[in-house]
Amino acid sequence: MALFSGPFRPLFAPPMSLDLEQIRRIARLARIAVSDEEAAATAGKLNSLLGLIEEMQAVDTSGIEPMSHAMDLVQRLREDKAVEPDRREAFQAIAPAVEDGLYLVPRVVE
Amino acid sequence: MLNAPLTELSAALAGGKVSSVELTQLFLDRIEKLDGELNAFITVDPARALGEARAADARRAAGESGPLLGIPVAHKDIFCTEGMTTTCGSKMLANFVAPYDAHVVEQFRRAGAVLLGKTNMDEFAMGSSNESSFFGPVRNPWRKSAVPGGSSGGSAAAVAARLAPAATGTDTGGSIRQPASLTGICGLKPTYGLVSRYGMIAFASSLDQGGPMGRSAADLATLLNAMTGFDARDSTSLERAKEDYARDLDAPLAGLRIGLPREYFGEGVDADVDARVREAIRWYESQGAKTVEITLPNTHLAVPVYYVLAPAEASSNLSRFDGVRYGHRAAEYSDLYDMYCKSRAEGFGAEVKRRILVGTYVLSHGYYDAYYLQAQKIRRLIARDFAAAFGQCDLVMGPVAPSTAFEAGAMSSDPVQMYLNDIFTIPTSLAGLPGMSIPCGFDSKGLPVGLQVIGNHFAEARMLNAAHQYQKATDWHLRVPAGTPL
Repeated sequence: MALFSGPFRPLFAPPMSLDLEQIRRIARLARIAVSDEEAAATAGKLNSLLGLIEEMQAVDTSGIEPMSHAMDLVQRLREDKAVEPDRREAFQAIAPAVEDGLYLVPRVVE
Repeated sequence: MLNAPLTELSAALAGGKVSSVELTQLFLDRIEKLDGELNAFITVDPARALGEARAADARRAAGESGPLLGIPVAHKDIFCTEGMTTTCGSKMLANFVAPYDAHVVEQFRRAGAVLLGKTNMDEFAMGSSNESSFFGPVRNPWRKSAVPGGSSGGSAAAVAARLAPAATGTDTGGSIRQPASLTGICGLKPTYGLVSRYGMIAFASSLDQGGPMGRSAADLATLLNAMTGFDARDSTSLERAKEDYARDLDAPLAGLRIGLPREYFGEGVDADVDARVREAIRWYESQGAKTVEITLPNTHLAVPVYYVLAPAEASSNLSRFDGVRYGHRAAEYSDLYDMYCKSRAEGFGAEVKRRILVGTYVLSHGYYDAYYLQAQKIRRLIARDFAAAFGQCDLVMGPVAPSTAFEAGAMSSDPVQMYLNDIFTIPTSLAGLPGMSIPCGFDSKGLPVGLQVIGNHFAEARMLNAAHQYQKATDWHLRVPAGTPL
């Protein structure tokens, strides 16, 4: 494909558009429940966006370092020492469900 | 008082002509009268605001002084405020009361500013029209059928209608500058890292930056002085000496070199916008500034790159909203996985879900190199465009947005059209550069046009100088919408 000519060639050429099964798979990865109607309704808008970002694929970026941060910062390190006060009660007060200082979720291990 | 600069309000407070309680009440009354229609605020707590105003008056009586002591300020509802809801415009956080203040909120509190209320915004700051808020759309005070821009549309509308003397905003791809432009106020996105992101709910962390929104460049300088500063709790906060952003306001313009990017003028820009921006630039030339044509050749790639990087970062940042520690939890679920899926499906709106899905997709196995890595590489090309341009000029000027405020609903069927509205603000964000919007006139419909001023890293004082000089010679920034008379 002309889009992937030159030195830049991805291992997998991304599909130009997503079908409903792919959208459902991505939604499962993202932990968002989608009904079939929602998946169908969002497909057009998602694919329109994928069409927009497709423009990037024509750019030759060989030899260019990826830029992950605006200022090319390095991670600042601090002493390995607890500095935050214990505010367990304040933080648990806003949780949907707690008991005995623990966050409650549905049983994971029988 | 309602249309006075911060320096004047501060002098009135210092001179005993008005108390902070009276000033705060004045703005609370105006919110009460006008905000039912504008919907610029999500939360207003008059008792709390007046309590803070009384405390500011007491601090002044005890001998304290300061440019923001006793001044009411509205915060975008993305900044955590202890004891008051912080919703981020989402059902997910509709009842969320943070147990701590954001660094920005702390800084204003230390300066003695009064928290007037929390402003409306696009859900999780994702949007350019303020139509995606769970708490309803914000109306543009200049034309109530039009959008105020976004995502800081509530802050912009509040300042434009003079419901608040000043407000805070955040900008990831244009969310301070574009609403400032569409509502005829001033807004500045600082150099990435100057304003701490601690307690500012994260959207795309490598781009998110808080900044001031106000009536004038001089007001922005005062606000920026309060907002900036190193904060160890934000790993990307810059360790720099404090500076006074107002120090150069009165410097002369002669010799200023203004770069005009070829890509920011002409095709795709409304004729009225183009004309107003060129008129402002001619004024600078008349003051002894020199203009130079520059080129930012990768501008057309900025929107595609942004719509890979921002959703990718968002999909990761928003994974914290799982219904376990805070935020919305579905009422019924069969197991843990089902609880996550239903809580998130119910808590997030359509635009947020779409961006999470895009972000999840571009980061998924097999596509990472083609999308995410490629976008990061092009991001560097865009940053290099600016680095080369700043070899030839001190500031870059152009339009903020290709059009003035559009009608509500006009872009909702095709989000890509809306995304393209940010083509002139996104490049600056990707490069981590400071950018601002100042009003420079109106289009034929009477809607405000914004002039964008972009500086090199840490050039905020120079940008504010250029803007302030323009505002001494013009009165666009003093105009108040006819629909919200003083």
